[in-house]
Amino acid sequence: METFIELVYLLSAVLFVVGLKRLQSPATARGGNALASLAMLLAIVATVVDTEILTWTGILVGVAIGGLLGGVAARRVEMTDMPQLVGIFNGFGGGASALVAIAEFTANPTVGMGTTGVTIMIGTLIGAVTFTGSFVAFAKLQGLMTGNPITFPGQNPFNLVVFLGVIFLAAASLGVALSADPMVLFWIFLGTALLLGVLIVIPIGGADMPVVISLLNSYSGLAASAAGFVIGNMVLIISGALVGASGLILTQLMCKGMNRSLANVAFGGFGGSAGVDRAQIGQRPVRRADAEAVAAELGYVNSVVVVPGYGLAVAQAQHELRKVGDLLEQRGVDVKYAIHPVAGRMPGHMNVLLAEADVSYDKLFDLDEINSDFGSTDAVLVVGANDVVNPSARDPDSIIAGMPILDVDAARRVIIMKRSLSPGFAGIDNDLFYMEHTLMFFGDAKDSMADLVREVRELA
Amino acid sequence: MGELMIGLYVFVLATLAGREVITKVPPTLHTPLMSGANAISGIAIVGAIVVAAKAEGTLQTALGIAAIAMATVNVVGGFMVTDRMLSMFRKR
Repeated sequence: METFIELVYLLSAVLFVVGLKRLQSPATARGGNALASLAMLLAIVATVVDTEILTWTGILVGVAIGGLLGGVAARRVEMTDMPQLVGIFNGFGGGASALVAIAEFTANPTVGMGTTGVTIMIGTLIGAVTFTGSFVAFAKLQGLMTGNPITFPGQNPFNLVVFLGVIFLAAASLGVALSADPMVLFWIFLGTALLLGVLIVIPIGGADMPVVISLLNSYSGLAASAAGFVIGNMVLIISGALVGASGLILTQLMCKGMNRSLANVAFGGFGGSAGVDRAQIGQRPVRRADAEAVAAELGYVNSVVVVPGYGLAVAQAQHELRKVGDLLEQRGVDVKYAIHPVAGRMPGHMNVLLAEADVSYDKLFDLDEINSDFGSTDAVLVVGANDVVNPSARDPDSIIAGMPILDVDAARRVIIMKRSLSPGFAGIDNDLFYMEHTLMFFGDAKDSMADLVREVRELA
Repeated sequence: MGELMIGLYVFVLATLAGREVITKVPPTLHTPLMSGANAISGIAIVGAIVVAAKAEGTLQTALGIAAIAMATVNVVGGFMVTDRMLSMFRKR
């Protein structure tokens, strides 16, 4: 029986890997997700069969509450709010793993220094940090608290002290250094670990959230792995490792997309106007265009590339944008969408928003795929994006030097749809706005896009 | 070789396998990848069931139920929302 259960766990681990592999193409991805959920079902059934369950009441109550919450959230969430949802799910994953480790400790508070004790501490620590860190990230994204970095003097040294305190309390709970009641020490350890999660995330600003969410995603996997070590279960270790690897890869990609190190995101305090003369921003002359002129610029050419930014999502203008794209295609214009890695509030966010607006996924291109095409593109339409198309990233003295950008200035015509000339998150001016071949189309993205739909329709 | 070492081997190799598979996921699917990974980290439900089943006393029972509830949010919510997103990715 034991062997059979282990074989089911093994099958489930294999199906998780195969399911993730199917995410390599949009055509097979949905089946991959179904396969992964089958793997989960198998693991749960194997566990229930293998475990001597005395009372079902508690288990069923837990499943009912969790299933209801998760199901309603998954059905109701707006695609623009996906970062928050993933953020809070990270927190629940970390929390669940922490609770498993905590329960193991309460079952044997005198476990002492040793393999089991150390894995319990690691599981509790990672899970607790993921739990509170994710809730802070959720609160920032949801606007329940300020999205700006919360900083105070001596913050990094203070956080370091708290971190060392957590390590000391973990050791003390295992009977090292202090001879107090281990259970009491453990609760203090847990409280401090929860505090650490809050402290780590509050100094990170709203626009850096793609990195934080990816990192917490990774942590939630590591926490599951740690819980696997605690209870000696391989399927937990494997699944947790897969999630940990996934989150880490996405974290690296997001850092690369902003040309910043993880340390810089975590300890930096980026943004604002350090060293920039704000009075100079937006003082140079620009060429303006209205919807009618923009329609003419887009409607009589061969190729158009659209660059959507977060402003598009904020204005909920993606559906109108798709209508513009459709109308242009009916006129024989080749329309593509160029998506910067940090265009949204989480990895791949903009792609989901465009998919929701019914843009065909084979028209979405990432930075590496499309950057060499701009030289032969007739017109680029930038909607609500700024820093990711700022040519000063090529200037070694700029604050955003080295950040990968979409080389839209290489196109024959650049049209920028934006509310004003105000700077983006980096707080610096954008030379692109003042270039000879750039037209500024000022206004709210949704209204402007609706005007554009009308004007393109009226073209001969 | 002890159980810990076997676990470590498995952990490291699974991380490498995950890296190979996930590096090839295109950026366009990174959000569903993340929510799908969320769902998979709900595997903690297995640990939660074990804990809840052998719970003694109110505290452990409460911990077990809370762990199951949280993990189930991830499993149900994660797979459902991933499916909902992936159903939107269409080629026309």
